[in-house]
Amino acid sequence: MIEIIGLKKSFNSKKVLDGVDLAIERGKITVIIGRSGEGKSVLIKHIIGLLRPDSGKILLDSKEITALREREFNELRKHFGMLFQGSALFDSMTVAENVGFPLKEHTGLHDDEVMKVVAEKLHRVGLVGIEGMMPADLSGGMKKRVGLARAIVMDPEIVIFDEPTTGLDPIMADSVAELMLETQRALKTTYIVITHDIQLTYKIADMVAMLHQGKIIAKGTVEDIKKNPNPVLKQFLEGSAEGPIKVY
Amino acid sequence: MRELLERLGKMAGALVTNTGLMALMLFHASIYAFTPPIKFRNIFKQMEFVGVKSLFVVVLTGSFTGMVLAYQSFNALKRFGAESLVGPTVALSMARELGPVLTGLMVSGRAGSAMATELGTMRVTEQIDALHTMGVNPIKHLVVPRILAGVLMLPFLTVITDFVGVVGGYFVGVHLLDINPGVYMGRTMDFVNVEDLFYGLYKSIVFGLIISLTACYHGFYTTGGAEGVGKAATNAVVLGCVLILAFNYLMTSALL
Repeated sequence: MIEIIGLKKSFNSKKVLDGVDLAIERGKITVIIGRSGEGKSVLIKHIIGLLRPDSGKILLDSKEITALREREFNELRKHFGMLFQGSALFDSMTVAENVGFPLKEHTGLHDDEVMKVVAEKLHRVGLVGIEGMMPADLSGGMKKRVGLARAIVMDPEIVIFDEPTTGLDPIMADSVAELMLETQRALKTTYIVITHDIQLTYKIADMVAMLHQGKIIAKGTVEDIKKNPNPVLKQFLEGSAEGPIKVY
Repeated sequence: MRELLERLGKMAGALVTNTGLMALMLFHASIYAFTPPIKFRNIFKQMEFVGVKSLFVVVLTGSFTGMVLAYQSFNALKRFGAESLVGPTVALSMARELGPVLTGLMVSGRAGSAMATELGTMRVTEQIDALHTMGVNPIKHLVVPRILAGVLMLPFLTVITDFVGVVGGYFVGVHLLDINPGVYMGRTMDFVNVEDLFYGLYKSIVFGLIISLTACYHGFYTTGGAEGVGKAATNAVVLGCVLILAFNYLMTSALL
């Protein structure tokens, strides 16, 4: 269980997180939704230790991780995987080198063993025979898949997805959603997804939480969320310009 | 008046912040450079990039500078009937000043800008964040190899610049200005010694550190997308060149 308790973060006096409280269950897909610029990325950067909170804490299996020193967090990060919005593949490395990078850094595996694991993970995300290609030669969807293969290559306990479908066409977005479901069901991993893609949310979420003005304003299953009368949540789910959220 | 003071205050604040962050980066890099595992592959890759790939530009710079220096010194020295001193003039100038400084400036323009651009792009495309999330220290993985490459390769490049400068000077002096080759080489040997070469090499080590540190600092802390990457590259080169010239003066005054 990941428990986020009273998490606050400001940048140059601008409050981004204003007391976030959220419990994320193990082995489930939790989707955090919210408008762009509402602090979703800031929230997951706290979970993975890229940012430190001004106040509040995050507990991982009852152990406070926000107080960890950088070296301790580095150890913990080996149990995390992350798929970035733009995939964040290393331009100077081939697909195989990208996917195998965490293995080379943290395990004593020989090159041929690394290549075996890389091929297996690439196969799991539906990519075969592209090990020697460079990231610049891949389409957006393929980059996401390679990014996912890299995120799960160490068999992490928790995988974080930052806008996994942004920039993809609807068919490719659906195929990435299918892939996320398939890998999560197969590996029983905890997936934390931040997105403003409602279709993706409905398709994959076991639990949904909405972040608005620095706070979690609603949480529950997809059915709970659909029934929730909160006008802000309703406007967001309907994708309407009319409502309590003002566009300008 | 108040606006001016506010601006000056902001500039002073930024200067202190930047200097502090750069010193901190150097401190961390110095520690990680000796913390196992040492990433030799990354270091050799950067040494090839800074050293081997800068060879062409430093050979061109060194040879043309040596040739021009021979012409100019010949023009000045013949007024005193001291044309035979063209050789030592070229060699001393190259070894003590122009070799390290020109190599530093050229490598700053070529490798420093490329380092800042590469790290800046990695920052804005979240590749540095990706390293963090994989439990890989980006300073150790990205900054240490670049700083080591700068510090180790600049002296080698400087020796090459010195050598081609002297060869260029010899070519102009002996073949175009008709100085006797024996006199040219003999006078050069009389006046130039190994200390002169080392004097320039000490400087080049410092210049290598300046180039790689300013490039890594500006690249690593890039903000603001593609525009930010461009600014990082420009700032890295400008600051690198200014610091090379300033430190050259300081070191010359301290070493002489």
